Amino acid sequence: MSVGLLRFLTAGSVDDGKSTLIGRMLVDARGAFEDQVSAATRDNERRGGKGIDFSLLTDGLKAEREQGITIDVAYRYFSTERRKFIIADAPGHEQYTRNMVTGASTADLALVLVDARYGVVTQSRRHAFIAHLLGIRHIIVAVNKMDLVDYKQSVYDKICKDFREFFAQLDPIDVRFIPISALLGDMVVTRGENFPWYEGPTLMDTLETIEIDTQSASELRFPVQLVNRPPMPELADFRGYMGRIASGRVTVGQDVAILPSGRRTKVTGIATFGGDIASAFAPQSVTMTLAEDVDISRGDLITGIDDAPSPIKEFEATLCWMSQHPMRAGAKYLLRHTTRKVKAVVSKIEYRIDPNTMAKESGLTELKQNDIARVTVKTLLPIACDPYRKNRETGAFILIDEANDTVGAGFVEA
Amino acid sequence: MKENWTHLEALEAESIYIIREVVAQFRNPVLLYSIGKDSSVLVHLARKAFYPGPIPFPLLHIDTGYKFREMLTFRDEFTKAIGARLIVHRNEQAIAEGAHPLKLGVARCCGKLKTGALLEALEKYSFDAAIGGARRDEERSRAKERVFSHRDSFGQWDPRNQRPELWNLYNGEIHEGESMRVFPLSNWTETDVWQYIREQNIPIVPLYYAQQRQVVFRGTNWIPIIDPSDIREGETPVTEWVRFRTLGCMPCTGAVKSGAQTIDDIVEEALIATRSERETRVIDHGANTMEDKKREGYF
Repeated sequence: MSVGLLRFLTAGSVDDGKSTLIGRMLVDARGAFEDQVSAATRDNERRGGKGIDFSLLTDGLKAEREQGITIDVAYRYFSTERRKFIIADAPGHEQYTRNMVTGASTADLALVLVDARYGVVTQSRRHAFIAHLLGIRHIIVAVNKMDLVDYKQSVYDKICKDFREFFAQLDPIDVRFIPISALLGDMVVTRGENFPWYEGPTLMDTLETIEIDTQSASELRFPVQLVNRPPMPELADFRGYMGRIASGRVTVGQDVAILPSGRRTKVTGIATFGGDIASAFAPQSVTMTLAEDVDISRGDLITGIDDAPSPIKEFEATLCWMSQHPMRAGAKYLLRHTTRKVKAVVSKIEYRIDPNTMAKESGLTELKQNDIARVTVKTLLPIACDPYRKNRETGAFILIDEANDTVGAGFVEA
Repeated sequence: MKENWTHLEALEAESIYIIREVVAQFRNPVLLYSIGKDSSVLVHLARKAFYPGPIPFPLLHIDTGYKFREMLTFRDEFTKAIGARLIVHRNEQAIAEGAHPLKLGVARCCGKLKTGALLEALEKYSFDAAIGGARRDEERSRAKERVFSHRDSFGQWDPRNQRPELWNLYNGEIHEGESMRVFPLSNWTETDVWQYIREQNIPIVPLYYAQQRQVVFRGTNWIPIIDPSDIREGETPVTEWVRFRTLGCMPCTGAVKSGAQTIDDIVEEALIATRSERETRVIDHGANTMEDKKREGYF
C-alpha cells in the first residue's frame, strides 16, 4: 500500500518514439484501459493506419491528433505494485522549450530518449541541459530504436560515451543508460531476447527501484498561505497559519523567525483534521499556531532561527522566457515567489545561454520566447529566497504580465 | 526526516495546498458538488484544509432533474451532517420545456441541463473560481488541462492558449468577468480515489455498491430502469447484479456487472479494471468530444 510516488518527465525529439514508449509503458503496466486503446486504434484506422498508434493514446487535443504532433505537456498516470508514477510528457519540438521547462518543474527524474540511428543530436543536449537547469538530479537516457541498428552494442556504447562527455560539463548528477526498442518492447517492461550483452535492469525496473534524492535542503521553510480564524465562538482565540511545509520539519516548542520582518516567536501547536501533532515534515499541509499574536499574513515565510535567509530586493536569476511577446530589460512584472506576490522589474539581461552549446551571448536588450538567460531582478518589496540549486521550492519564481499571462520562469542564483 | 510518504499522503498534501490557494487568491469561490465519489473526496479534503474552521465556501450542485433519488437523499443528509452550505441550481426553463436526451440528443441535453445551468449559476452568484473534482486520467483532453484552468468571460476554455503552470506557483490572476476552474484532484487516478475513500472512511452514495437492479443493455452499457417509461421499443429489462463506477443522469449513466458490495471489493475491482470508468458515460462517446464540451464550459 505504501508505494510512494515518482514524478518523471519524458523528453525526446520528433519521431524518436517517445509516444510509442509511453503508450507501451501504459499498456504493459495497465495505465491505459482497453476502451482507450480501442479508441486510439479506431482513430488510427479512420485516417488509414493499421493497428494501434500509441501516440493517439497520449495526444489529447484534436489539433494534435490531426497534425500528428504533440502541442502541450500532457500528464499520464500508472501504477505498479512498487510505485505510482506521474509522467509529464513534454513535446520535443524546438519551439516548445517552454513546455519542457513546465513539465520538468514538478519532476524528480527525466527520461531522455535518443534515436539509436542518429545518436546524441542537438535536441538531446538541450533536453539534458534543461532537465539539469530545473534541478532534476536523475536522468535516464533510453537509447531507442535499437532494433533498427541490429541491436549493436557498439552503437549504444558510442551514444553513452558522447552523452557522458556532455554531462561532464554540468554539475554531477545521477545518469543511467538503457538500450531499448519501444516498438517491440525490448528492455522496457520485459528484457526480450535481443540484448544478450546488456546486463543492467530494464527501464521499468529502474523506474520502480531508483532512489530519489528529493531535496538536500533540510532547513525549515513554511510559506504562509492563509491565516485561519474560524468564525466560531468556541474558537474565538484560535489564530492558525496555514501552509504546506516546503522543506525541512517543524516541531512544537521550536523557535521560529517570520520573514521578511525578522520577528521571532515559538510554535505552540500543529493542528490537523486528524488531531494535534508534535511535529510535521515537508511536504505536509498543516496549520500552525504561534506563541505571540504577531502580524503575519499570506506571503510571509516561517523558518528556523539559525538558517533563515536574508530578505533581499535585488538578485541574480536564470530566466526562461515563455511568452511570444519579447521581454525588454526594464519591463515591469508581477513576481510570484512561494505564496508571495510582489512587483518586480528585470533590470538587466546579463547574457543569454544557448541550450545546445551552453555558449553565453551578452549585449542583449530583449529576450524572445524560449530564450534562457542570466538576468538581474529587482523587487519593490523584499523576498526571502534560497538559491534554486539549494531549494527548488524557495528558489523558484514566475513572472506575470499585465494580461495576467505567466510569461517567465525563474531560478534564483544568488 | 520522514522520507517514505505514501502516494496517498503526497496527493492529499498537494490537494489541500491547491484548495487553500483558491481561497487565498479568489474573492468568491465555490465547490462544484456532483454527489459522486470524486466530490466526496474533494469535500473531505476541504474539511481537512480548513480545520478547525468550517469550509469557507458553498457547495454548488447542478441538478438536471435526472439524478438518482439515492443521490439527492445522500446529498441532503451528507451536507447537513458536515454543516456545509449547499446551493442547488437547475436550468428551470430547459426542464420546463422537457429537455431529455432522447428528444434533444445527448450533447444538446447536457449542453442545456449541465453546461447551461452551470454557467447560469456561476453568473447568478458571481463566483470567480469553481473547484471541481475532474481528474486528468479520466479522458485524454483532460490530461492537458491545468490545475488552475482559465475561463474567459463567456466561461469558455481555450486549450491551445493555456498559461504555463510551473512548480506549485498557481497563477490565479484574472480580469473582471473572467473566472478560474480549479482541479485539486488532477493527479489522482480512479484507484487512488477508491483507496483514499477506504483509508479515510469517506461516506459515498450507496449506488456505488453492487445490488440487483432492473437494467437493459443499450449500446455498450447496462442502463438502469427506474421508471417503466425508460424502456425503449424492443428492449426487455432483465435483473442483474450491477453497480455504478461513475454517477451522472439516469438516462445516460451505465452500470457495470459487479458483485462488489464492500469498499474492499471496489478497491479490488478498480485495481484489476481493464476498461475506463468513463466508458459508462454516454456523453463521452458522441461525435462531440469531451474537448468540444469543455471548450463550451462543461466541467
